Amino acid sequence: MIKDLVNPTNFNLMVSKVGDVLVRALDKPLGYAINWGRVWSLWPVHLETACCSVEFGAASGPRYDVERFGIIEAFGSLRQCDLIVVQGTVTRKMAPRLRMVYDQMPEPKYVIAMGACAITGGLYIDSYNVLPGVDGIIPVDVYVPGCPPRPETLIQGTMLLQEKIKRSKIK
Amino acid sequence: MSKSDDRSLGNIKSKPSPTVASNKDLPSISPKQGETGSIASPPKPSSDNTSVQLKSEKADLPQFEKGIIDSLVSKYGDSVKIIYVRPLRIKIEVPSKDIVEIARHIRDESGFDHAESVSATDYPKTGDIEVIYHLGSYTRDDLSSHILSLSTRTDRNNARLPSLIGIFKSVEYHERESFEMVGVYFDNHPRNDRFLLPEDWADIPPLRKEFRIKGR
Amino acid sequence: MSDQEERISETTRLGLEIVKEAEEDRLMTLSVGPQHPGSGHFRFTVKVDGDYIVDCDPDPGYVHRGEEKMCEYRNFIQNIPHLERPVIHDSSNITYSYSLAVEELVKIDVPRRAQFIRAIASELNRQIYTLYWLAIYGIFLGHSTMFMWPTGDRELIIDLMEALTGARVTHAYNIPGGVRNDIPYGFKDRCLRQVTNFEKRLKEYEDIFYNNPLLRQRTEGVAILTKEDAIKLGVTGSVLRASGIPYDIRKAEPYDIYDEIDFNVQYLKTCDSFARAYVPLLDMRESCHIIRQLLDKMPESGEVRAKLQPNPKGPPGEAYRRVESGRGALGYYIVSDGTPKPYRVKISVGSFRNLLALPHLLVGSKLGDMPSVYWSLNYWPVEADR
Ligand code: SF4
Repeated sequence: MIKDLVNPTNFNLMVSKVGDVLVRALDKPLGYAINWGRVWSLWPVHLETACCSVEFGAASGPRYDVERFGIIEAFGSLRQCDLIVVQGTVTRKMAPRLRMVYDQMPEPKYVIAMGACAITGGLYIDSYNVLPGVDGIIPVDVYVPGCPPRPETLIQGTMLLQEKIKRSKIK
Repeated sequence: MSKSDDRSLGNIKSKPSPTVASNKDLPSISPKQGETGSIASPPKPSSDNTSVQLKSEKADLPQFEKGIIDSLVSKYGDSVKIIYVRPLRIKIEVPSKDIVEIARHIRDESGFDHAESVSATDYPKTGDIEVIYHLGSYTRDDLSSHILSLSTRTDRNNARLPSLIGIFKSVEYHERESFEMVGVYFDNHPRNDRFLLPEDWADIPPLRKEFRIKGR
Repeated sequence: MSDQEERISETTRLGLEIVKEAEEDRLMTLSVGPQHPGSGHFRFTVKVDGDYIVDCDPDPGYVHRGEEKMCEYRNFIQNIPHLERPVIHDSSNITYSYSLAVEELVKIDVPRRAQFIRAIASELNRQIYTLYWLAIYGIFLGHSTMFMWPTGDRELIIDLMEALTGARVTHAYNIPGGVRNDIPYGFKDRCLRQVTNFEKRLKEYEDIFYNNPLLRQRTEGVAILTKEDAIKLGVTGSVLRASGIPYDIRKAEPYDIYDEIDFNVQYLKTCDSFARAYVPLLDMRESCHIIRQLLDKMPESGEVRAKLQPNPKGPPGEAYRRVESGRGALGYYIVSDGTPKPYRVKISVGSFRNLLALPHLLVGSKLGDMPSVYWSLNYWPVEADR
């Protein structure tokens, strides 16, 4: 079995096995530290799907200043992001793109569904071009209700997410 | 799932007189007093009852607006059908085969130089689709508050109209939108294809009346 | 002999094809969006030859939510909340022209005091919109201060609107027949103080942003939209006024009480990207001036809402009314068949009309100018898609 793993074609497999072993060994002593790092450096993807993005912009403004809570202002490259805030309505045209963006982000990644539209379809539930909620295409960690949610609600939502990360096992 | 929404507006087309009569005294539009132009000659009497109706109400018609359409009526005669003339708003209906020529005349002679919007409306009762070009003017100060609605009709089973893109460049995206939302094919338009809807849209155009949205 | 000729011509044709292919190989197609560092929900593809853009194809529709279809299933009053969602930060203006059109169809008169309150709400909202636009423009140009300042000042005006309407951004305040509720106690003083403070801030914006040599170099003389082209493309709002045409619906077709207000239409004749960025600031200044007059002339007491039957309906007919919003003319074409629900609603928005200028301006300009040109068009994708 060891021989199989050392074979260069199975290199990826070996890395993941070694990784698993490491994770199991390190979870107890280092888990807290690693999660602490993750909690305070959530980098959201800059993907705006609809009008809730206005309140997201206001949340990174000087009055609400989400950077206090370790969420850094939305950033350009999604290769270094670990949080995706779905800001409102996801239309049928946007849905594949949203999934594509989600798939390109490195693990671990978290999803916040912001606004009634992202949760159930909201006001646009009977529109022909709107998905009834994003949880059909990506797994959601925290739901932030409102239409649009006030920035305070968004901040509370991210704090809930931080709670969740703190309690989770590291991967 | 009520069928009550399928009511159509057929009466607007077939009996234009009540529309004109009921809408001529709208309070909320403020006509500009200083703008009344020269006293224009009454429109040519023609056989259809629109003009008869207009003639009998001549005294109430805003003079300036009537001046604008008079040149059209005198040139194209019967093919221009006046739906209503209110302060600041004029609506005419022309047959689809003449629309390009009349639009050119409107641009060159009457001074309307851009299209504000193009709306296509589906009337299943009368079996046709109405396309309205709302034309405005930036160049002529006295026309800046006026909207000329140039409308035409086409059969809804074979909806095809000549495109006005050669006359008004500004209709490009509006016509493209009308094509995908109501399904009117515009001849000579460079791109009759997807614009706002998803690439894999495989249903009938959504603004047709027989397209029902879910749960209703 | 003829055989040989044919062969030669065949070779030439092949050669020409190879040359053409090589030319096409130099072109690179870039897809911009829908995930990009500026405002998202919009994608366009550009073809670049070296540094220059040779082709541009906008691909909107990422937020197309079928508003026009939804309107046909709700009555005139129920339509208001979802109609203001396309521009939630300019919601008083987008419901303003809808209210005007419905009033024309249903035939109701608006009380005089309500007309003033409506105008105040929409002027304040114009500022909220323009400040957000300016903040994103700052991000596009990498000017972080210009993101922070307008977002901060915007909150103060939002506070004012919140006191007036009860909601941060989605007000649903302008309704057919007037406004939803009267102004709160002490609003007038608060509003005056805010406007005075805001005018001072506008001067600071001008110093730090518009007189910044970096901004000027990046925008002056870039992407010229001449007067003739502006008319031909039918652009509207600040884009039109930056091209030297003093056209403003508030002046051209004064609605409600705007004909009693004394103001100038702000326009510039330089036609470039800088002018398009500068006209909104001039508009905001003029808007402060208008608000002052409105507060001054407003009747002290009176009705703020006309009596309306619960399910208003009018005779069959149609109406096309427009107002000047933050992005230019905003028109509603409503057809009614005599029932409480509209038969057809078409929203003619400024963003959708200005979109036509994007390929026109981008082709021939440099790739580095793309962000500033795109956002100078005062384009809000959610509104354009409806
Ligand atoms: S929840 Fe409301 S504000 Fe947010 S995207 Fe949906 S409609 Fe817009």
